Amino acid sequence: MVLVIIVAITAFLVAEAVPALQADDANFLTETEWFPNQTPPEFGIAALAWGTLVTSVIALVVAVPVALGIALYLSHYAPRRIATTFGFVIDLLAAVPSVVFGLWGFTVFIEPVRSFSVWLNKYFGWIPLFGGDGPFGRSFMLGGLVLAIMVLPIITALSREVFRQTPTANEEAALSLGATRWEMIRTAVLPYGRPGVIASVMLGLGRALGETIALALTLGFINEITVNIIQNGGNSIAANIANGFGEAGEIGRGALIASGLVLFAITLVVNMAARAIIYRRREFTESAA
Amino acid sequence: MTAPAQTAPGRDPGLRGRRTPLLVLVGVAVVAFGVSAAICYGTGFGNWVLVLVMGLILYLVGSFFAINRYEGRRAARDRTWGALIHSAFVLALLPLVSVVWTLISKGTERLDLNFFSTSMNNIGARDPDGGAVHAIIGTLEQVAIAAAITVPLGVLAAVYIVEYGRGRFTLAIRFFVDVMTGIPSIVAGLFVLAFWVLIVTPWFNNGQPAFSGFAAALALSVLMLPTIVRSTEEMLRLVPAPLREGAYALGVPKWKTIVRVVIPTALPGIITGIMLSIARAAGETAPVLLVAGGSDAVNINPFENNQTSLSLFVFQQAGDASRFAPARAWTAALTLVALVLILTIAAKLLAGRNRLRR
Amino acid sequence: MAKRVEATGVTAYYGSFKAIDSINLRVEPKTVTALIGPSGCGKSTFLRAVNRLHEVLPGARVEGSLTVDDENIYDKDVDVTAVRRMIGMVFQRPNPFPTMSIFDNVVAGLKLNGVRRKSVLQDAAEKALRSANLWDEVKDRLGKPGAGLSGGQQQRLCIARTIAVEPQVVLMDEPCSALDPISTLAIEELMFQLKDLYTIIIVTHNMQQAARVSDRTAFFSIEKTGDPGRLIEYDNTQKIFNNPSEQKTEDYITGRFG
Repeated sequence: MVLVIIVAITAFLVAEAVPALQADDANFLTETEWFPNQTPPEFGIAALAWGTLVTSVIALVVAVPVALGIALYLSHYAPRRIATTFGFVIDLLAAVPSVVFGLWGFTVFIEPVRSFSVWLNKYFGWIPLFGGDGPFGRSFMLGGLVLAIMVLPIITALSREVFRQTPTANEEAALSLGATRWEMIRTAVLPYGRPGVIASVMLGLGRALGETIALALTLGFINEITVNIIQNGGNSIAANIANGFGEAGEIGRGALIASGLVLFAITLVVNMAARAIIYRRREFTESAA
Repeated sequence: MTAPAQTAPGRDPGLRGRRTPLLVLVGVAVVAFGVSAAICYGTGFGNWVLVLVMGLILYLVGSFFAINRYEGRRAARDRTWGALIHSAFVLALLPLVSVVWTLISKGTERLDLNFFSTSMNNIGARDPDGGAVHAIIGTLEQVAIAAAITVPLGVLAAVYIVEYGRGRFTLAIRFFVDVMTGIPSIVAGLFVLAFWVLIVTPWFNNGQPAFSGFAAALALSVLMLPTIVRSTEEMLRLVPAPLREGAYALGVPKWKTIVRVVIPTALPGIITGIMLSIARAAGETAPVLLVAGGSDAVNINPFENNQTSLSLFVFQQAGDASRFAPARAWTAALTLVALVLILTIAAKLLAGRNRLRR
Repeated sequence: MAKRVEATGVTAYYGSFKAIDSINLRVEPKTVTALIGPSGCGKSTFLRAVNRLHEVLPGARVEGSLTVDDENIYDKDVDVTAVRRMIGMVFQRPNPFPTMSIFDNVVAGLKLNGVRRKSVLQDAAEKALRSANLWDEVKDRLGKPGAGLSGGQQQRLCIARTIAVEPQVVLMDEPCSALDPISTLAIEELMFQLKDLYTIIIVTHNMQQAARVSDRTAFFSIEKTGDPGRLIEYDNTQKIFNNPSEQKTEDYITGRFG
């Protein structure tokens, strides 16, 4: 039944996308512009896919170390009461709708990010990432950081569970060898939890890749492939669908559906990889028990 | 083992370790933040935020060397990593506290009776009023329809997997259900758009695609189904086998055992899972945007004409140029978060009461 | 190598629950001392207090003094990691690190202590595995995962891992309870060899085992559930099993105790 749904999703999306793709005057995979409503239509996914990639990478680079730090804090450092309270808070945060984070991102968070961008540009402008001459703010960095805050609870919650499942026997064995707390974590907790952590990071990645509304509210909507992450600009596949849908004609809709198909394929691969890791790990731990 | 005992090469630490005096650490902190402040303010390099960040980094480096000198490398590593882990925790709290604080301070601005009794119908850019009653109706209807579709389907699917399924086929189904939980909501929206709105509805709408609240409910169903199947399945698996075997031993047929024994035992857990997935669906914006179309007026009928939802309302007000729109957006966001959190907390409390435990 | 362990008024708590009450016990170097008694009598708790592992559980604490060659390991300025390095522990279930090879398991403790030189590690691993009577069985597959060994081999691997850091005292918490009789025998033989080098304290439920391997035996007991465990009698093993001074000990030894 579920397989049927997945196949159906793909089939209907393809059916709607094909006419638009046939009408496309440019190469769908390499073209950076998105003008499906002009004649002849010219649109391609390159810049959008680039934006999806860049924001997700920023999100993970920022969120993963922090999330693992919190997860370790909650599983092995915090007093029990703090751990349960904040564990609960983290679960609640994972439930906050993305539109709220988006709203916060573009009304509140944009100010510090803009100041930070100006500062980066002033002192590190010679690095292409931080170049340009403004305006700054509604940029890849804002979008990526908002995404980071959104995937943080997910990665934290999952990896905290993984860390907590480390067999006490192994932790005590490490301690009995004279390990400090950090050494115990390195010898017993981290190696044991590695597959689970990788899987949770990939689930976070899947979420970041598919996130729509938060990016639709925080990116600057300029279709270009650039390494500059602080200048106004940037667009992503999902955000483009949300923002472009209102004014899309028939070809435009098909074009958006085609881009959604690409997104679907990417997230499917990421999710399947993550699940495969989790399933293998489950077999491993069950056979070891 | 006749060789002289060598606990650690190069040194025999004995039991008593030297402790780094607190004064030294305080000194390191003062120097670190002092240097940081001097650099930042002296050269105009940055403001107080940078002073804190750079000071913290300098302190971590400095304290590492100080502890290294007094207690050795291992203790230094241990304490520095511990400090890093604690700072990660504090760092993450900042934006989260900011989100909550903004939500409450800005969200209460329009938290009045008017907001919950009027819609955006005939509200112009210069009108300070306007409310979200149409959006609240939309959210409730869409979520209710989605739940009505997915709950029976999801529970039945889970019962099938647990009670009747076996072998590689079931494993494959479980795998794909898991994968489905990660499908982006916008893809689910596109699917219903392609299938329902663009292909099915034109048949009975004079060839025109029809946007509706029902279509949004369908999209939410696609998102809810896998999570409900998964959580129900896990709860059913927790029902102890002797309970089932006891019923079989009394000659009760299998389907009756499932309906009378297995499901009631797992019920609190199943409800928890359902509530969590409803909470998640209520917050989704993208699918509603694609297939319900959005609307400014109250539309009670989910099967005809455009509808909106709270999350979509937030999104549209956020993009609105009117200077009164942000306040409406925040109040709607607060309402939405309250709705979602109440559902989530209730679900968690129910889970805490649950007698079936892993 | 071996050191004397002396407990004076050791009392251990889990939160507000008192698990053992004022244990006084003196263990001589190069002997095997067995701790016996009914379930829940606090013998494992006492053992975990000896290498300060008890206190890692949330809310757990220890009062009293525990000296190793006249140095109190519960003094404020004592480094806990140094205590645990000096007092190794073998657990009830074999617990090799699941992600590590046999070799890495054995040298895990040495690596923690900063030993990096490959040759040193190799020598130490061989020495420890030989002392644990495991070398001949695993020398050809040192790179294989430790979890792939049989239960008895895994337990000897854990013993090798413990003695590789050259502790003074080795604690064993029911080391044979998860093993078959043949593996148990192998470990008991190993204990005879190891006591020439280490002070060994072993918790066991198996009274024949206590009688076979130990020089001295301590009998712990509780009045009823919820009461703290107490040391009832501590004497030479021969005396405890043949002619105990306490009625409770005799009841337990002869099986008249529940």
